[in-house]
Amino acid sequence: MFDDLRDLYQEVILDHGRKPRNFRRLEEADREGRGDNPMCGDRMQLWVKLAPDGRLADVAFQGKGCAISMASASLMTETVRGKTQEEARTLAEKFRELAMTGTCPDCGGVLEDEMERLQALGGVHEFPSRVKCATLAWHTLNAALENTGKEASSE
Amino acid sequence: MDGVVAPSFDVARIRQDFPILSEKVRGKDLVFLDSGASAQKPRQVIQAMTRMMETAYANVHRGAYHLSEAATEAYEAARRAVAGFLNAASEREIVFTGSSTNAINLVAHSYGRGVLKPGQAVLVSEMEHHANLVPWQMLKAAHGIELRVARVTDAGELDLEDVEAKLADGKVGLVAVTHMSNVLGTVTPAARLAALAHAHGARLLLDGSQAAVHRAVDVQALGCDFYVFTGHKLYGPTGIGVLWGRMELLEAMPPFLGGGDMISEVTLEGFLPAPVPAKFEAGTPPIIEAVGLHAAIDYVRGIGMASIEAHERHLVDRAMARLPAVDGLTLIGRAQDRGGVFAFALDNAHAHDLATLLDRVGIAVRSGRHCAEPLHARFGVESTCRASFGLYTTEAEVDYLAEALGKAREFFG
Repeated sequence: MFDDLRDLYQEVILDHGRKPRNFRRLEEADREGRGDNPMCGDRMQLWVKLAPDGRLADVAFQGKGCAISMASASLMTETVRGKTQEEARTLAEKFRELAMTGTCPDCGGVLEDEMERLQALGGVHEFPSRVKCATLAWHTLNAALENTGKEASSE
Repeated sequence: MDGVVAPSFDVARIRQDFPILSEKVRGKDLVFLDSGASAQKPRQVIQAMTRMMETAYANVHRGAYHLSEAATEAYEAARRAVAGFLNAASEREIVFTGSSTNAINLVAHSYGRGVLKPGQAVLVSEMEHHANLVPWQMLKAAHGIELRVARVTDAGELDLEDVEAKLADGKVGLVAVTHMSNVLGTVTPAARLAALAHAHGARLLLDGSQAAVHRAVDVQALGCDFYVFTGHKLYGPTGIGVLWGRMELLEAMPPFLGGGDMISEVTLEGFLPAPVPAKFEAGTPPIIEAVGLHAAIDYVRGIGMASIEAHERHLVDRAMARLPAVDGLTLIGRAQDRGGVFAFALDNAHAHDLATLLDRVGIAVRSGRHCAEPLHARFGVESTCRASFGLYTTEAEVDYLAEALGKAREFFG
């Protein structure tokens, strides 16, 4: 009945949605952010531990939400670990484009492997009301890195 | 209304009145189960509004020329139709607003600040739509009104003992509760609530946004003091709502919005308000929408509210037989007296994922918290999907929903 939805709900999404990685509170985090999707009630909290050189040494999150938002957050924490803050911001930007258009024209660059991994979420672009589920984690990461103390919103 | 039969109710014929129901969604037949959010429109409503704009449109209550007089007559005829629909004692008790939300805000502002005194209380319930909660929270902050909240039982019914306990000290000036929950489907015992409220010196406002669509409403028989509903859930247009209030209450209330049409005299120093209901209808009203609402009322009354209720009772029985049988499905609320609104959750799928799946097979349901966040907290659920029925809903659609839910659970494994 739902076979054609396997593009959106690929096995990797269902797996990360069911068993999100890095789903824990990070004690002694250097950065912290909160994200909220007021329309559907998705909420998440994200912690970042920075290495002495400023790279993202560890990233973890906790929250409640749909399979797309949980899987996106889970994949994100794995993808940005070890990256510089600048690289993490670039990934956030490219991911947003991927989620909105399904394509990632600039993805042939140095972050190609990472973007390839995130392509699993590209199917979301066909579902305009679900794009914000996928991008919530990345908004939250940006908010954490800016450390503005403001809550990130997908709206 | 046991024993009511609906011999003339032919759902297949009724569906032909709704052009959108023959649309395809992603190649599938549309199964529209979100009428509780906003209902689809029959051709009779669409045509009445178009005809008015093409042949009889001008502003109302202003011109001394033919078209304005015709538009005014159409607008006032809509008011008479609403009065008949609610069995109001007088058409002057009908105030047109932009929506149910606007109507409740009107009462919260005008009755809340103009009649209620600081130190008095307003009693709502845990199952209110945000539209019947936030205006009272705003009143509390602005005017020193205490806000009390009556509990909802685990079955999703209003806890009448708690209502009575919260009325006991006589401080409650207004009880404002839903006539039918937009999440649980629960129909509240309106006449009983009116008696309870009045016995303790309080007035009763009923939010009929859902109830007025599914059952005949007789405000005099119910004994309430204010009743609100909206056009777009009643197969009419958006942009129009109704406040009914007892004449002596409306007359005692100060105006809400100021502007044209709500005055009888204006000088640079001040104004005299117009009589009810014009006092509450500042500015150009929703004229075309009133004509659409009139057509919608004629439409449902032509079918018969009793027939609609009987049809929906079949659908409710079907849903109660089929939905709880779906593996892993939890239904929120199991009130004895209920209408065709079902909020549910699957144990292995988030509401939004589920809604996306259902959409793929043509089924439109709402997902989230349905403007009732505190109620979801009350039942300990983050979000739900909600299927809500209209007069055009069929038993086959209910079966199809149940089948799709079973398949969706398998999909998420």
